[in-house]
Amino acid sequence: MSQSHSDHPEFLQHHFSDAEQQRESAKLGMWLFLLTEILLFGGLFVFYAIYRSWYPEMFINAHTVLDVTMGTTNTIVLITSSITMALAIRSIQLGRLKQTVWYLVSTFGLAGTFMVVKYFEYAHKFHLGQLPGHFYTFTGIEGTNPHVFFSAYFLMTGLHGIHVFVGMCLILWLIVKTKQGKFSPQYYTHIEMTGLYWHLVDLIWIFLFPLFYLVG
Amino acid sequence: MTENTHTNEPHVLPLSIYLGIGSILIFLTAGTVYAAGIDFGAYNLLIAMAIATIKASLVAMYFMHLKYDNKLYLLLFLSAIVFLAIFIVITMFDTLRRGDIYEIKSGAIRDAVIYDSLPADTTTHAIADSLSISTDTTDVVIDTTH
Repeated sequence: MSQSHSDHPEFLQHHFSDAEQQRESAKLGMWLFLLTEILLFGGLFVFYAIYRSWYPEMFINAHTVLDVTMGTTNTIVLITSSITMALAIRSIQLGRLKQTVWYLVSTFGLAGTFMVVKYFEYAHKFHLGQLPGHFYTFTGIEGTNPHVFFSAYFLMTGLHGIHVFVGMCLILWLIVKTKQGKFSPQYYTHIEMTGLYWHLVDLIWIFLFPLFYLVG
Repeated sequence: MTENTHTNEPHVLPLSIYLGIGSILIFLTAGTVYAAGIDFGAYNLLIAMAIATIKASLVAMYFMHLKYDNKLYLLLFLSAIVFLAIFIVITMFDTLRRGDIYEIKSGAIRDAVIYDSLPADTTTHAIADSLSISTDTTDVVIDTTH
């Protein structure tokens, strides 16, 4: 490389011709990753679709044991966290570091709230034996194979929950890096990519919520 | 990005877009919960999925900036949706129409503890009653072709 380090901003890697190309490349990679995420959840949506079409009455009976209030609360919490995440990106675009940190902390807090509500929902179901496969011991649901509903419920909300947890770790990392002054309106790729990931997690929940809590 | 590709300045959306879209999303959440309380029969699933699709599109277009970014990202996103649709539709054709070729035995999955260890007068009975068959067996034949 003939370039010396003083010729370009610290964040620009040598194999990119300029910051714009670096940013667009990162975004392309992120979208490819999100594509695989959609297909990962896609397999589980197919599982849901098949078993629902085979045992429609059982799905309708089983879904009534879910707490719609908790589900709605979590939906609103997650949508709000998506808003604060989008606003965090807007703040860093405008160079407002303190505001960015504040929005990231809010997003982290809302994600934590989501997990706490989820914990209470899971704990309740563990207590009643509304569990997947051969762990299922609940007797209050009529219809064939009610345990399949809970296999779908725990697999899909569980995988989603893991994604929320990973998102929380990423947001925590962003808070630290923002406080260290690593980001600027010229360079905020990490925040933007985490934002894309976080919105996808929200987007998947937007489908999980009606499929499990509402449709009956 | 738009015209300012080489200036390295980000394309900043006004605050009102984020707050407006956010309000619509929360309004639609309330709407879908309200709609779930009304019985539209076979349209229940369709209505819930339609509202979810509108919400998802708003998140993708505005929060994920697909409306403003390079359209390549939109193409990638839509290609994932197309493949997901193929995945679901073709699998459903198979699983729902398989009965046209040979008889399908659809029954209780015996892996579940409830089918082995429960007293006979609880769930197994309820299942049997709902399918109007004898309780001697949980090997239920369901016509999945309807």
